[in-house]
Amino acid sequence: MKSSKLAGAIAAIGLSAVLASPAAFAAEEQFFPVIAYRTGAYAPNGTPWANGYVDYLKLTNARGGVNGVKLIWEECETAYATDRGVECYERLKGKHGGATVVQPLSTGITFALTEKAPVDKIPLITAGYGRSESQDGSVFAWNFPLLGTYWMGADVLVQHIAKKEGGFDKLKGKKIALVYHDSPYGKEPIVLLQERGKMHGFDVQLLPVAHPGVEQKATWLQIRQSKPDYVFLWGWGVMNSTSLKEAQATGYPREKMYGVWWAGAEPDVKDVGEGAKGYNALALQHGAEKDSKVVKEVLEKLHAKGQGTGPKEEVGDVLYMRGLISSMLAVEGMRAAQGRYGKGKRITGEQMRWGLENINLDQKALDAMGLAGVMRPVQTSCLDHMGSAWARIHTWDGKKWNFSSDWYQGDEKVLRPMVINAASKYAEDKKIVRRTPDDCKK
Amino acid sequence: MFYRENGQFKTTYKSDQQVFAIPQDRWAILAIIAFAFLGIPLLVDEYIFRAILIPFLILSLAALGVNILVGYCGQITLGAGAFMAVGAYAAYNFLIRVSGMPALGAILLGGLTAAAVGIVFGIPSLRVRGLYLAVATLAAQFFCDWAFLRVKWFTNDSSSGSVSVADISLMGWTINSATDKYLFCLGILVVFSLMAKNLVRSAIGRQWMAIRDMDVAATVIGIRPMYAKLSAFAVSSFYVGVAGGLWGFVHLGSWEPAAFSIDRSFQLLFMVIIGGMGSIAGSFFGAAFIVILPIFLNQMLPLIGGLFGLEVSIALVAHVEIMVFGALIIFFLIVEPHGIARLWSTGREKLRLWPFPH
Repeated sequence: MKSSKLAGAIAAIGLSAVLASPAAFAAEEQFFPVIAYRTGAYAPNGTPWANGYVDYLKLTNARGGVNGVKLIWEECETAYATDRGVECYERLKGKHGGATVVQPLSTGITFALTEKAPVDKIPLITAGYGRSESQDGSVFAWNFPLLGTYWMGADVLVQHIAKKEGGFDKLKGKKIALVYHDSPYGKEPIVLLQERGKMHGFDVQLLPVAHPGVEQKATWLQIRQSKPDYVFLWGWGVMNSTSLKEAQATGYPREKMYGVWWAGAEPDVKDVGEGAKGYNALALQHGAEKDSKVVKEVLEKLHAKGQGTGPKEEVGDVLYMRGLISSMLAVEGMRAAQGRYGKGKRITGEQMRWGLENINLDQKALDAMGLAGVMRPVQTSCLDHMGSAWARIHTWDGKKWNFSSDWYQGDEKVLRPMVINAASKYAEDKKIVRRTPDDCKK
Repeated sequence: MFYRENGQFKTTYKSDQQVFAIPQDRWAILAIIAFAFLGIPLLVDEYIFRAILIPFLILSLAALGVNILVGYCGQITLGAGAFMAVGAYAAYNFLIRVSGMPALGAILLGGLTAAAVGIVFGIPSLRVRGLYLAVATLAAQFFCDWAFLRVKWFTNDSSSGSVSVADISLMGWTINSATDKYLFCLGILVVFSLMAKNLVRSAIGRQWMAIRDMDVAATVIGIRPMYAKLSAFAVSSFYVGVAGGLWGFVHLGSWEPAAFSIDRSFQLLFMVIIGGMGSIAGSFFGAAFIVILPIFLNQMLPLIGGLFGLEVSIALVAHVEIMVFGALIIFFLIVEPHGIARLWSTGREKLRLWPFPH
């Protein structure tokens, strides 16, 4: 009797799920899946990103939607695991009339979804991560590493230390150690650093750290022995703060450590506090932007009314801003697509792709969105899916991140041939025919 | 009532020795297979295929392989993830380096490579037993993790260590859609399960079980432990390797060594322990439990919360999912230490005695 009741209850739940799923989307709505992680080893970094991402979607709705089209979203938790990420993607892609863009915030999930995106015709935005060669839109038609790739990031770091040393010729004989997360993410910059190393005659020492990165004693012992001139840190989550603690214990100067933009946020340095003072990291366009207009708008329109996502104090932190800007880029892609395919209409995945290939955010548009000073203008094209190759360095002063360099641009002369080569190899392996300029217009 | 053997007489050795000696079993299995091939493709949508059924089928195959080694031959292994990785990367290399290699051929060759690696890592089993062997097989896991991360040749010099395969096909049939992939995996699984079922009833299977139950006694009656143990390692690794190939080629399409991490090894071992050691059906139950239950919980908890008017946050769901999942594992291990398969066979016994079970 008891069990039949239980079975009945479960059946009822299942039935209600079936009935509820084809929700009425009579009013124009655009669905944004949110594939995020708020649990697991990388939760401290994944959570603010997801908060920023969702907050910008809410803010867009508060601003009246995109030409009247309201945004709806659903979150799915991956815990940074590739198989769960794939499951989430499959779960969400067909909901609410279909997903038109995904942003997984994990290089591993990105690699898996790269295979699925062309089949499902859903563009994949990987703002500041993913495969570096996917910048080449003629091969990777559905990948958008907007604002930056790891190759570009590593290139900017090399430029920065060259400037500090007083010119590229001064890099000869120097030694740079790369402490990296032993995954596709951490391995991405290796090729570029080796290429640059050959050009300028510096040595690259590779020091992998196994997931999740809490065990680095041996790594830092090696650093103590080999005394590299600079340490580049390609870590994520708890690995970053562990590296900084180890650097402190080893006595390696934090001023000579440079992190990628995923190793340059508050959760990475907060625990270390004063010990991380002087540590530098790349800023993917923006840093912590507590004073920007968009943050004030979020606080006023969402958090003041109790509709914000996550704690109010974290609004405007580095990773929160990363999530917010990732979300903004997707929304702007949608706006661009609406401009061509009909304002106030729901767009499809293919239309979204066209929109993302035709994002043109000039200074005026950025000012209007409250992003003045937060980022530089972005313009994408069919061939260039990155849109902007500019980055700066910011430095932790023990309490907050401050910008400590001018803008640098990734060197096209170095990057372009590498991107084309790697993309061609991928196209050959996968038997992809490069898109022609005519195809781009479609 | 329906499940009664009265009046079923076996008049030939052949009928007595068939795989499923009871007609009801035979028909039920045939009906299930027919339904899986014909009915399911009509009923379920792409999400169920890609997120639930395909992983379930592939991990069932891997669990079957682990069960042969752990359940039938009694050799505890923590290297199953490594053998999956060997299968996947070997299949990948066969596919790209041998021109004209069909995908299925590459997967099977990947399985054979895994079998060879399995024999090598099975050698310690001749000297050490039980937990010590588990530690020895752990070495396989770490070695393979290292090899696929560090040796560039295995990954075809990919800059990030991640590899991918283009669409696969089988004799002109392009395996592209979710249904195709499902049928492909199902076909392989059915053939391999039948093979396993027969294998464990054969002389070699009985040798494995003799070794499992008491290796000294088995040696005394003339079973060569080296041959029995290493053949178990080979067959098991072959199954696991083929599953690895399928996981990479069919399920993920693009993968990195992390897809076959130590977590995967533990997951497979838990499937066997929860499903039922020394039972073919147990492998399927275990895989279903480990693959489907977390996803089911993940989707049901917000709905259950919704019934009580609660807004359940996604992080809370993830945490509750882990807690409930853990509690259920403990529950099953207490209620039925021999696994879900034993529950099933107890149920079957009761059904045979119905309506007067005792």
